[in-house]
Amino acid sequence: MSRKTATPDEVAAKLTAFLKRSHNAKSVRVDNVRLLTGGASRQTWSFDATIEHADGRTETLTLIARADQRQNVGSMTRATEYRLLEAAHAGGVPVPRVHLMGDDSLGAPFFLMERVDGETIARRILRDDEYKGARQKMTAQLGEILAAVHRVSIDRHGLTSDLAGPLAGKSPAESELQRIEETFRSIAPEPHPAFELAIRWLKARLPASGEPVLVHGDFRLGNLIIGPEGVRSVLDWELAHVGDPMEDLAWVCVRSWRFGNDQLPVAGVGQREDLFRAYEAAGGRAVDATAVHWWDVFGNLRWGVICIMQARAYLDGLSKSVELATIGRRTAETEWELLNLMEGSVSG
Amino acid sequence: MQDRPSYDELLAAVEHFLDTEIVPNVPGSRGFHARVAANAIRIVRRELSNDEEQLAAEWSGLDAVLGPAEPPAGREELRSALRERNEALSTLIRGGDADDGETARKVFEHVQRTVRDKLTVTDPALLERS
Repeated sequence: MSRKTATPDEVAAKLTAFLKRSHNAKSVRVDNVRLLTGGASRQTWSFDATIEHADGRTETLTLIARADQRQNVGSMTRATEYRLLEAAHAGGVPVPRVHLMGDDSLGAPFFLMERVDGETIARRILRDDEYKGARQKMTAQLGEILAAVHRVSIDRHGLTSDLAGPLAGKSPAESELQRIEETFRSIAPEPHPAFELAIRWLKARLPASGEPVLVHGDFRLGNLIIGPEGVRSVLDWELAHVGDPMEDLAWVCVRSWRFGNDQLPVAGVGQREDLFRAYEAAGGRAVDATAVHWWDVFGNLRWGVICIMQARAYLDGLSKSVELATIGRRTAETEWELLNLMEGSVSG
Repeated sequence: MQDRPSYDELLAAVEHFLDTEIVPNVPGSRGFHARVAANAIRIVRRELSNDEEQLAAEWSGLDAVLGPAEPPAGREELRSALRERNEALSTLIRGGDADDGETARKVFEHVQRTVRDKLTVTDPALLERS
């Protein structure tokens, strides 16, 4: 299963040939190829392409190639992600513009999209003076963006059957809980009584839900490109699915994405009420505080299971990354948060 | 018995090297991974100094929930027996036996204590903030 990462030179040669073919270009030069961090299971390459077209016109594009490092069962295909980015753009969500769907040049499914400059490193966004203005605007922007995400017409873009959705006869909440519980049971190398308590708590309190919508599924600091003026682009759509809009409103408030700014639940920059107000004002669904609390608990459970999953990639020998190895020890922080969120409603 | 430096002193040297020589001088993802590596060493150092005490505390906490039992001798045997007892605790919770009443309170407090112990090793700063 494990595949050695291609070198930048290998990737440059393959992308050069691909772009030359796709643009029917006289010549193509690919420079500055580098593997970006983040997206542990999949690869994201950044590069510049100077294209000399058949008519003599020359342009330089700053691009990103998103490729699958390994094909995970049930994960979104690159072709779906490409069309989802098109749909999100059409719906007014700030996303990178797609450039070309790939072929088999890289030996793995891929597509190209524009590279949006800006900051993704959470600590800089939350600490540096440069982003002070952005921090003041972000909470409202995040609410407005989520309202746009939840209004994207997946039917009109033919995405309904390509995206994961609620299980037959079950609500989004019940379906997502069942999925995360199954994942937990199949991958956890050791028992986690704190997660057992959380699963029990969640099963007893399933929220009612309205019409399912497009949910980004990983809407948080780290997956947003920020400039001094605010949010520039929403990245990492590979966990998008059809579900309960309250899920995104809660996920962006998971404590781990506050990076120490504990008193500012919305991505470490703002208050929930301001997020909810902006979301509703921009045409989002009516916010149900009880449901959001349920998704808060669910979100911490989910992040905990993801920590285990990432550590499993190391434990199973798929990766030797020190980052994946140590993330296994971050499971405890999600357990702690779960206990805090449940306290009062569990102790008899 | 090995000579000085002790394992903790050796790890401290590696941690210092990563923090002062590598992290500030290596840009990009490699520098980030050096930061992660230095943090992994801090976790290991805290674990080595707390391990024995924490395993014993977890065992006696489980005694209060599952009924008393004699801990096995030897660190690895103790770990493996703790794992089994945590499976038993998980089964008890899954079966609804810790949903309410006295058992719920005891189980919750025990789980809270063991998670706190894990965090004193993996992320003590988080505990200080909460």
